Amino acid sequence: MRIEKSLFSVGKSMRYSNRNLINRQYVIIGIFAVVGLVYLFKLFSLQVLDEDLKKSADNNVLRYVTQYPARGKVFDRNGKLLVYNEAVYDLMVVPGQVSKSIDTAEFCRLLNITQDSYVERFTKAKDYSRIKASVFVSQISKEDYAHIGEILYRYPGFYFQIRTIRHYPQAIAAHTLGDIGPIDKKQLDADPYYKRDDYVGQSGIEKFYEKELRGKKGLKVVMVDVHNREKGSYLNGALDSLPVPGKDIYLGLDAELQAYGEQLMNGKIGSIVAIEPKTGQILAFVTSPTYDPNLLVGRVRGKNYLDLLNDPSTPLLNRAISGTYPPGSTFKMVNGMIALQSGSIVPATQFHCNGPSSSPIKCTHHHGSSPDLANAIENSCNPYFYEAFKTTINNPKFGGIKKGFDYWCQMTYKLGLGHTFDTDIPYERPGNIPTVEYYDRMYRGSWNSVTIRSLGIGQGEILVTPLQLANIAVVVANEGYYYPPHLIRAFGDSTAIPERMTTRMETGIEARHCKVIKAGMQSVFEGSHGTARGSKIPGITAGGKTGTAQNPHGDNHSIFIAFAPVEDPKIALSIIIENGGYGSTWAAPIASLMMEKYIRGYTERPNVEERMMKGTINYSIKKKK
Amino acid sequence: MTDRNSIIGKLDWPILLMYFALVIIGWMSIYSAGMSEGHHAIYDMSQFCGKQMMWMGISMGLGFVILILDAKVFDAFAFLIYAVVMFMLVVVLVYGKATNGATSWIDFGGFKLQPSEFAKLGTALAVASLLGKQDADLQQRKTRLKTYALILVPAALVLLQHDAGSALVFASFIFVLYREGMPGAGAIMLLAAGVVTIFVLTLVWSVKVMCIVLGVLFALTLLFYLLNKKKGLWRMVAVYAFFFGMVFSVDYAFYDILEDHQRTRFEILLKLKDDPKGDGYNLHQSKIAIGSGGVWGKGFLKGTQTKYDFVPEQHTDFIFCTIGEEGGFKGSLVVILLYVGLLIRIIKVAERQRLKFSRIYGYAIAGIIFVHVAVNIGMTIGLVPVVGIPLPFLSYGGSSLLAFTVMLAIFVKQDANRLNILS
Repeated sequence: MRIEKSLFSVGKSMRYSNRNLINRQYVIIGIFAVVGLVYLFKLFSLQVLDEDLKKSADNNVLRYVTQYPARGKVFDRNGKLLVYNEAVYDLMVVPGQVSKSIDTAEFCRLLNITQDSYVERFTKAKDYSRIKASVFVSQISKEDYAHIGEILYRYPGFYFQIRTIRHYPQAIAAHTLGDIGPIDKKQLDADPYYKRDDYVGQSGIEKFYEKELRGKKGLKVVMVDVHNREKGSYLNGALDSLPVPGKDIYLGLDAELQAYGEQLMNGKIGSIVAIEPKTGQILAFVTSPTYDPNLLVGRVRGKNYLDLLNDPSTPLLNRAISGTYPPGSTFKMVNGMIALQSGSIVPATQFHCNGPSSSPIKCTHHHGSSPDLANAIENSCNPYFYEAFKTTINNPKFGGIKKGFDYWCQMTYKLGLGHTFDTDIPYERPGNIPTVEYYDRMYRGSWNSVTIRSLGIGQGEILVTPLQLANIAVVVANEGYYYPPHLIRAFGDSTAIPERMTTRMETGIEARHCKVIKAGMQSVFEGSHGTARGSKIPGITAGGKTGTAQNPHGDNHSIFIAFAPVEDPKIALSIIIENGGYGSTWAAPIASLMMEKYIRGYTERPNVEERMMKGTINYSIKKKK
Repeated sequence: MTDRNSIIGKLDWPILLMYFALVIIGWMSIYSAGMSEGHHAIYDMSQFCGKQMMWMGISMGLGFVILILDAKVFDAFAFLIYAVVMFMLVVVLVYGKATNGATSWIDFGGFKLQPSEFAKLGTALAVASLLGKQDADLQQRKTRLKTYALILVPAALVLLQHDAGSALVFASFIFVLYREGMPGAGAIMLLAAGVVTIFVLTLVWSVKVMCIVLGVLFALTLLFYLLNKKKGLWRMVAVYAFFFGMVFSVDYAFYDILEDHQRTRFEILLKLKDDPKGDGYNLHQSKIAIGSGGVWGKGFLKGTQTKYDFVPEQHTDFIFCTIGEEGGFKGSLVVILLYVGLLIRIIKVAERQRLKFSRIYGYAIAGIIFVHVAVNIGMTIGLVPVVGIPLPFLSYGGSSLLAFTVMLAIFVKQDANRLNILS
């Protein structure tokens, strides 16, 4: 009360006593103390109660820099480099740190983007987060990086992050190697490892071996000053982690053979699949038309991808696994093996052939009237294999055609048809082997061997992929078994490849039966009537089988399956040339060249080679017929 | 005459110890704030901390000289000192160097001085000398006018240098005038508080709302006066009329009298405008720095806000940010308690003086230090608009440290000499 009184005692009328004035010190001390208390209260609320300010300080000073590991390199079976990494730089932006007063015109000119594009990119980044970094311009080349880096300090909120893009020195096997691209929403949600703007394998082995190739990202927490300059690591690097490089991968692919195959397929649509029979490793995986894998890399990726997608010849389609074709006469191997294994025929069994007037299936070849099995393969006799197929499914030991056909279906399945191999090749298609149920539905339960006669010569509902077809050649070459065809040969760090790819698959066809088929296939090259006798490789024994597959979309597909050398097969393959006519026209010569090239390292038949490489099939005209 | 050998025992050690504590805290904070340019020794003369150390030496040396001088010198030469300082203020207006928009430096060949820092000291001495005379009577209009002139001339000269912050400090003399019983001083303090309140509330609430609030208050007061048959009804009505006038002139004052940057600082402070990247940057970063310190602080030299330059002027006007960030609430508490302790101690010591001169001088410097501390810390925590005045004893700056040290040393000397005075 005393204090209050002294404060209010104003006016001249009143005489001041010293006592009154001395008491005024308490008013002044009171003011000092109250201000001190108010300030302490405010400081308490700022420093103790407010948690946001602490985060703001961290956001100011801490920068979480992802340390991208080097993605694993890819080599061919001989150690030739197929895929490696090139450094590029992503320009990152933290929208909340970008000053409003920067010279955007100058900045845009440096980055070679328009003002509108700048605003659009900035808005997008801001919508994502004001305080988290996002990519502003991705994959800037080393040269531009050096140039822009010099003046970047003028643009707070922007910084560079190094990362790598793929480079393909050989420019081959685009579909096999696959590509990496920006992660999509689904992939992002599926795996917490990934962050927005990451690149992941989208196809080929890049997709299948994503986890092995990507390695493990590291993290560096650095402190930056107000000018966005790095000031050293945070907590002495206690939160940092080093990136772990991805594993290198050695493929079974032979780069030279692959390149050779791609050259041979120039101007043709189709595919070549070559497999090492003893391991199941794919030696060549050609699909035509193809493209340069370097097109789907870097800043040009988006545009090139659209171009390829809109190309009417569908270069993005990997026909070796996604193309399904009627196998035609190459399927006679399958029917022959099943007929022998079921005991329905013996190698010496003869069926009568009336040539073009045969019924219910005509023969398109001219040969002796009653061939045995080896003869029938050499001549590709249609009636023989129809009869063999009929005899098999009608074999009394099964007790009815449906049970017989079911046996046939199971055997084709064991030979690798009608299903995918599920190894390391994404987007593989299963093809089609019709079932008992299918025909029951189709013909309301009333069907017989004549109804499904086309199956005897590889037509009708049967559809196979070139990969499956090549595997049939493998089975014959191996005399009864195969390893699921796969691309990988080994990891760079020698860790085991998936067990599925090294598991020997038995087909249930005995070796002695396969030997008969093998001999028949050898005479396709070497017999006097052999359908591929024109493609015989001088000095190398080989077995093969032509196919001329009718299809509803145009001219017959030219098909060939083969293996060589006969004594110790090192390569087995399938060739499909869409609308190429007879198997012997295109497929057989190309197959012989591939085998010669792989076994010898060169070919001794330059004229054949030149004819095949230069030969083109005019699809636009042929398809109109 | 003072016995030189026994002066140590007569010094007021609480004041001196708090002074040393503040100066050392300031020095260490300046060292820490300068860490952004790499590690240096605390005595590195190329750094702010090294220069501050030099100024600490000069200041304490001069302080020591003052302690061994005759105590009467200051009263005797008060007006001479005042005149010299006024002369310097005029010189600076003509030849001064501009720093941060204010023309306040004189360059003595690489040796820069800020006369406005010494103007406060000169004015405190002059006011104490004028009012300290036995016949000085603040009841007399003539004395009051002389006092006003002594205070307002330097304030005006400083204002002409565009240094509004330093000019504002001269308002601190209201405390000493109040203590010495100047008629109307208490009313001025109340009125000033009222004006500030109305100014702020009008900006925040709008004129209409303020009219209603004031109207209701007026009605209540009127009722109270009439019911109690109180005197001074007209004065009360006049005060309300003045307040109403204020409300209507706030917009004018705000938009036409204040300069753009001053207006913006008010807008930021009152959250009328949110611009953490631009005009509000200083306050925003300053609050982040202090707030991120938490209870215990990030530790000496570990503040990221100040070390990495996020806080502007971190070694001078925003030095408190370093304390808040690295020392946390604990550090803030220590510094605020040191200041409040120092101020109360000065008041208490002033009250025990036998000489009027000494008492008045003590109150004057307490007021000056108080306004500096309140405005400076208040601005870093968002209670006061951003005004560029240093934090006494802590901020980097030779003139400031020297002026405040001398200011305090003279007072301690007067106190040490008090027993030699016959009252």
